Amino acid sequence: MRAFDYARATEAAEAVGSDARLLAGGTNLLDLMKLEVETPARVLDINRTGLDRIEADGEGLRIGALVSNSACAADARVRADWPLLAQAILAGASPQLRNKATMAGNLCQRTRCQYFMRTDTRCNKREPGSGCDALEGVNRNHAILGASEACIATYPGDMAVALAALDAWVEIDSPSGRRSVALREFHRLPNGIAHRDNVLEPGEIITAITLPAPVRGRQIYRKVRERSSYAFALVSVALVLRMDAGRIAAAQLAFGGLAHKPWTDSRVAEALLGQKPSPALFDKAADLLLSGAQGQGENDFKIPLARRTLAAVLHDATKE
Amino acid sequence: MLTTYDTPDQRNLLDRTGQGIIGAPLDRPDGPLKVAGQAPYAAEYDLVGCAEGVLVGAAISKGSIAAIHRDEVLAMPGVLLVLSDKAMLRRPAQGGAAQAPAQDVRQIDYHGQPVALVVAETFEQATAAAKALRIDYDDQSGSGRFDPDALDFAPGEEPTVLGDIDEAMSKAAHRVDETYRTEGHASAAMEPHAAIAQWDGDDLTLWGSLQMVAPNVKELADSLRIPDARVRIVAPYVGGGFGSKLGISHEGVAAALAALELQRPVRVTLSRQQVFETVNRRSETRQRVRLGADAGGRLLALGHEAWISNLPAEDFAEPVTQATQFLYGGDNRYLAVLKGEITRLTAGSVRAPGEAVGMQVLESVMDELAHKIGIDPIELRKRNLPARLPGQDLPYSSRKLFEAMDEGGAAFGWSKRKPKPCMTRDGEWWVGMGMASAARVNMMQPASAQVRLEADGRVIVETDQTDIGTGSYAILGQIAGEMLGCPMDRVEVRLGDSRFPAGAGSGGSWAASSTGSAVFRACESIRIELAGRLRIDSEALELSGGIARGAGKEAPVTRLLAGAPLERIGRIKPGKTADNYAQASYGAFFCEAGVNAFTGEVRVRRMLGAFGFGRVLNAKTARSQCLGGMVWGIGGALSEELQFDPRDGRLMNHDLAEYHIPVNRDVPPIEVLLLEERDAAASPIQAKGAGELGICGTGGAIANAIFNACGVRPRHFPITPDKLLAQLPDPFAEIAS
Repeated sequence: MRAFDYARATEAAEAVGSDARLLAGGTNLLDLMKLEVETPARVLDINRTGLDRIEADGEGLRIGALVSNSACAADARVRADWPLLAQAILAGASPQLRNKATMAGNLCQRTRCQYFMRTDTRCNKREPGSGCDALEGVNRNHAILGASEACIATYPGDMAVALAALDAWVEIDSPSGRRSVALREFHRLPNGIAHRDNVLEPGEIITAITLPAPVRGRQIYRKVRERSSYAFALVSVALVLRMDAGRIAAAQLAFGGLAHKPWTDSRVAEALLGQKPSPALFDKAADLLLSGAQGQGENDFKIPLARRTLAAVLHDATKE
Repeated sequence: MLTTYDTPDQRNLLDRTGQGIIGAPLDRPDGPLKVAGQAPYAAEYDLVGCAEGVLVGAAISKGSIAAIHRDEVLAMPGVLLVLSDKAMLRRPAQGGAAQAPAQDVRQIDYHGQPVALVVAETFEQATAAAKALRIDYDDQSGSGRFDPDALDFAPGEEPTVLGDIDEAMSKAAHRVDETYRTEGHASAAMEPHAAIAQWDGDDLTLWGSLQMVAPNVKELADSLRIPDARVRIVAPYVGGGFGSKLGISHEGVAAALAALELQRPVRVTLSRQQVFETVNRRSETRQRVRLGADAGGRLLALGHEAWISNLPAEDFAEPVTQATQFLYGGDNRYLAVLKGEITRLTAGSVRAPGEAVGMQVLESVMDELAHKIGIDPIELRKRNLPARLPGQDLPYSSRKLFEAMDEGGAAFGWSKRKPKPCMTRDGEWWVGMGMASAARVNMMQPASAQVRLEADGRVIVETDQTDIGTGSYAILGQIAGEMLGCPMDRVEVRLGDSRFPAGAGSGGSWAASSTGSAVFRACESIRIELAGRLRIDSEALELSGGIARGAGKEAPVTRLLAGAPLERIGRIKPGKTADNYAQASYGAFFCEAGVNAFTGEVRVRRMLGAFGFGRVLNAKTARSQCLGGMVWGIGGALSEELQFDPRDGRLMNHDLAEYHIPVNRDVPPIEVLLLEERDAAASPIQAKGAGELGICGTGGAIANAIFNACGVRPRHFPITPDKLLAQLPDPFAEIAS
């Protein structure tokens, strides 16, 4: 770990316009600093800025940036009205990590691409312009959608996949004032500038995540992995689905493990609306989802796996 | 007393001492210390003035060092020394080597190999400087060999050839000829490799995390070119080893050299990543198994060939066919291990070398044969247990395989297994059952131990034997307590110091039976002396509650001692019983597994292992060893896999986040049945090896359960979802009935 200057903020405003790396739970940043993947000159600790409340927001919910993942997953309102979010959080990491990890920190966590995670390889995300060693290397858990020659890394999280399906928004304070970004637009694809994971600009701080009014229907977060905890998703599906008279009346979906961001594709839900559930329908939805999918060799299996996982989740959500 | 073990000791003395101590499920005395942080591991000793060393790994796969820019980091805060020395270890020592392994880190054999040590006042300073150290290389990585399928293979040792396997296969009524793969494994012990070195004049003391102290002393002394007598190793508590600490590795020699140079103690701890990248690995394997049986399901042909890898000039070849030699019959046999030279870190012993991956595959292929013939897998195995060792005509010392299959099967509910795949569905999950035999060779190693009966009747056991979390402290104390009639709160066991007599070390499942036999013999010698003082025959001596009695006489032990302690060293080494009997531990695994019909995820739902390894010395530690082995089996079957970059052989998943050992949720209820057995040919305490048996076949039982569940026969371990997906039946299809 390189030496750095440390300061502690007591209100969020101190972080606005700061050029320091913001330290919340530290479960990802500190690991990366030890590996010297991250080498910030200044670290601003925002843990005491008070952004740790969950509040009603009309019919929705406003979850402070520093609410811990554990607290969010345990919140009675979240469990009752947005169970998808609680499921996704609990599918990730370990209890110890979830106790420390924060909502905003989780959104900003970085890829676990093994070439990004070590400094003796070429990685456009870690060192822009150096190349991508994952393309011809160990890439079993890399992206099949929206990737580029510059970067085939995936966004590793679960929570953001659920938030994408739930149409959440990210509240950001910037030097020019407050702005909100739809979660689906928050993470980027690697096109051109692989080192930028999301749309946060220098000097900005996430202050909250907001959830719109609860949606009725079954909520399912399904995460596929070879061991049943403490592993990143090979593929995950977040689904909110409501049936009416034997037909699919509403569906919201997002996918993890497939791309540089929680993957959403409005065509998938559109194909399902008004239809009677059937294996053929699920296949048609998967055809749309995966029409542009491209494997790298080791991760080719994600294409059939995503198809089958989507079928499993849709079957589960639509059965009597 | 003779030291070699030449004739089976049929007296079963431990069955007649009557204390109720031997075999009892006693707690490990080191347990409370460990959970309370009072059992220091190698890096945890506080030495005044201790400097901190951090190793630097090579950034190339093959070549040599052209220049090291020392001055730049010597100018950094706190940095004391940059060492890149011809005595530093390039590779770890193989288990039992007792001499220096490959030295001179200026030559590079594999990516990540330690090439330098940076020493500073603090760990943080040393870490930062190690990261900053610039090294110029003469890079010859282009001549490395990185593809395990494209190596030049040569026999590791002479193949076993009996009869004509090709002809027997052609005549067989039923035959299977399949090639399987297993990926490389890491030991991944909880305590990373670490050492603290301190010199006092010409004498070196090394606190290390090591499994075999006596050979480790020789390895360290030879590496440093000093006499063995100048080296003391202290390793009373070791946080797991699983083979990775059988021989010394990079940190000990580096710490010793730096401590000598700086004339102050130096600590070197490997990072988790360095443990993965530089210590040792289990080789990946490709295995072809040929089984040919007659119409009655009796084996005519048994072939097992394995292709494995190691670095050039390493003799160790994963002994994949070790259990295949003795487990099943078949007059026509071809068994061979072929080794290819590869540019990856050293391959060496990882828990149950040979059987862990060999049995996993052999037992899968046995299941294939049973399915082809259409008989129960247990029945196939029973029809093929040879009366005497094939090819050598030796008797089996004892073998509880039949009983393990019957009693284990009954306890598990094997009779409820469906004879065909895809007959049980639980929601999204196909459910099936599988079984496999367990077998692991039994080995005795030379061992000695000192037992002292103090004048006040307390008992002290001393040996350099290590306890790597396995229960040595408990078991050796129980043997002494049982033999000398001394309650356990008056028995003290001192381990892991080279000043004590040399035990067998912890490896190859031999610690308890070998060093335990040495303790037994020391105690027997004390019993003979006490009987003499009581003027009775030692066979008549009873020791209990501090009283010696027999033949109508009786006296307090303290009176017989008359104020002076009684001290004896017990010794044992393998003799004719090792040559005259085929010795192994046996058992059977039963597994119920679910395969997700959509995603191909596999989850073990329950498991049972029934085992016979001679006398059970401590029912709790024995059970724990079996449980741990079976958990390893789950990992090897379903998730553990070293991933090497195909271009330069560097290990990419070098930490516990990416190398997937099972988590708690992957481990279902596991039942262990310990079968009553005495094996007098194995040791005078009638015990055999227990520590590795639980992993020797587990993966086969899991793979067989997967086939029984969903009809897909996985032939590539670990069985991750991607390997099942393409062949899984339609998840929406109606379930067969």
